[in-house]
Amino acid sequence: MEIGIPYSDPLADGPTIQKASETALANGVTTDTVLEMIGEVTKKRDVSPVLMVYYNLIYRYGLERFARAAQRAGVEGVIVPDLTVEESADWKTVATEHGLDMIFLAAPTSSDERLEKIAAASSGFVYAVSLTGVTGARTELPPDLTTFVGSVKSRTELPVAVGFGVSRPEQAKEIARFADGVIVGSALVDLIDKAAPTTRPEAVKSFAAELIGALRGK
Amino acid sequence: MAEKPGHFGEFGGQYVPETLMTPLAELTASYGVYKDDASFCDELAHYLKDYVGRPTPLYHAKNLSTHYGGPAIWLKREDLCHTGAHKINNTIGQVLLATKMGKNRIIAETGAGQHGVATATAAALFGLECRVYMGEEDIGRQSLNVFKMKLLGAEVIPVTSGSRTLKDAMNEALRDWVTNVRDTFYVIGSVAGPHPYPTIVRDFQVVIGREAKAQINEAYGQDPAAVVACVGGGSNAIGIFYPWLNSRVKLYGVEAAGHGLDSGEHGAALEKGTKGILHGSLQYLLQDDFGQIQPAHSISAGLDYPGVGPEHCYFKDEGLVDYVSATDDEALAAFQLLSKTEGIQPALESSHALAYLEKLAPELGEHQVIIVNVSGRGDKDMHVIAEQLGLEI
Repeated sequence: MEIGIPYSDPLADGPTIQKASETALANGVTTDTVLEMIGEVTKKRDVSPVLMVYYNLIYRYGLERFARAAQRAGVEGVIVPDLTVEESADWKTVATEHGLDMIFLAAPTSSDERLEKIAAASSGFVYAVSLTGVTGARTELPPDLTTFVGSVKSRTELPVAVGFGVSRPEQAKEIARFADGVIVGSALVDLIDKAAPTTRPEAVKSFAAELIGALRGK
Repeated sequence: MAEKPGHFGEFGGQYVPETLMTPLAELTASYGVYKDDASFCDELAHYLKDYVGRPTPLYHAKNLSTHYGGPAIWLKREDLCHTGAHKINNTIGQVLLATKMGKNRIIAETGAGQHGVATATAAALFGLECRVYMGEEDIGRQSLNVFKMKLLGAEVIPVTSGSRTLKDAMNEALRDWVTNVRDTFYVIGSVAGPHPYPTIVRDFQVVIGREAKAQINEAYGQDPAAVVACVGGGSNAIGIFYPWLNSRVKLYGVEAAGHGLDSGEHGAALEKGTKGILHGSLQYLLQDDFGQIQPAHSISAGLDYPGVGPEHCYFKDEGLVDYVSATDDEALAAFQLLSKTEGIQPALESSHALAYLEKLAPELGEHQVIIVNVSGRGDKDMHVIAEQLGLEI
């Protein structure tokens, strides 16, 4: 389960997450609110939440303080879309101390040398960015995705999950043939946005069931 | 000066999506080759001289000096550059580099529109496709520059996310770059963004300071007592300051105090900001306790930016430059004063630097020299000025 903390300047995100972030911020959502919410859920259910958070939110909160709060809420890993391996030394020390997985992103433009570094620095899983671009639903998967994911997998024992642009059960099923996980974000946010408030939980549940169904039937 | 490549002390760096790391490495490598390449340097020098109109004059503003009754005030006339501001020094350099790298698509962000016009101009000159991202808010404020860019053949894309100003235009340009990374060159307009941009833009703007140093030495046989420039992202300031760093020359960077430094409506990232990450680099910026970026305010769209170039942050912490500020009203008064005393109408950005003379001139003696960088001309600001003065055009 991946949860994003809304940010004023989400430069890796497409229009869907941008709009969701703006709405959330306008409604007063903060880093603390999100962590409290996660804490409520992890108390009741056995889930493994992973945070998607821009580095400035961690930096400003304080690395140590952020890691402690995330750990206390039951967060298991953190994805930082604008933190490269080169800039990650401080966060690595703190995250490791607090038992948080560091999930780095691998991109189709990453050189072999960079993929090695990313694989070596990651824990939990490696996030393979399916395409050159921002988050958001696309109708087609990129043609060279299989090769790219294969190239990441050959460098790590960790599971490799594919995200960015994945929105439909049949895409998830296709990806599951060559990757260990599928990440769907914007499609869920769109769904929540379009559904009437009272029907939202049901809508999310049935879409998630469809995705899982597609994966199990692989 | 940097501890590790791409860093200025702790500032700078490359806080970007992984997708951009390879193109940034490619840019760093290409720039490394071309900056010392004799034919590239000759070509750039040719365009700066015959197309931009360099060297720009260093002008002794005698009437303004008399007005203050103290030091001799000299103006570095970047307002006389082709397209009306220093921005073109950098865009010619970067677009020329793009052609060498075989990139045929140019993108840029713009606030006031000066960098957008300068990029569209360079793209037209070299025959490249050009797309400029501009906040919807700024498009409304700077319709003349939007019109110019379109006439130059650029496509102007309104940005409707966030605060609809420069910072959001930069986010959108970065998103475009992430998407079209293989054939696109992103021309950043200030000493901001991820490494190597702050260094590249600085190097292309240092021509301002190199000329000014030679010109003042020719006129006086010595360096000035002080150099003053406005700071938004900080490219004109770093350009004129650079040759005088670590010398006895006092350097003053003037930020936008907007409605006042304590009003919460200003653009003074160095004086009032806290450390954080924006647009790929660690810097001082305007943000709340949770790290959400706060909108800046200035009468001048070019200073309306919540961050500031990382090297300026380093200069501040090392005490190499004094960062001060001028309010909207002070800048407006300075604009009127220079118009009336010298017949020169500076951009509202540059008017912030001129406004600081009110404090600085009385502190200096008659035999001392101050250089103020007039980074751009005021044509683009006429409607804003008219509105502020309660006049109609």
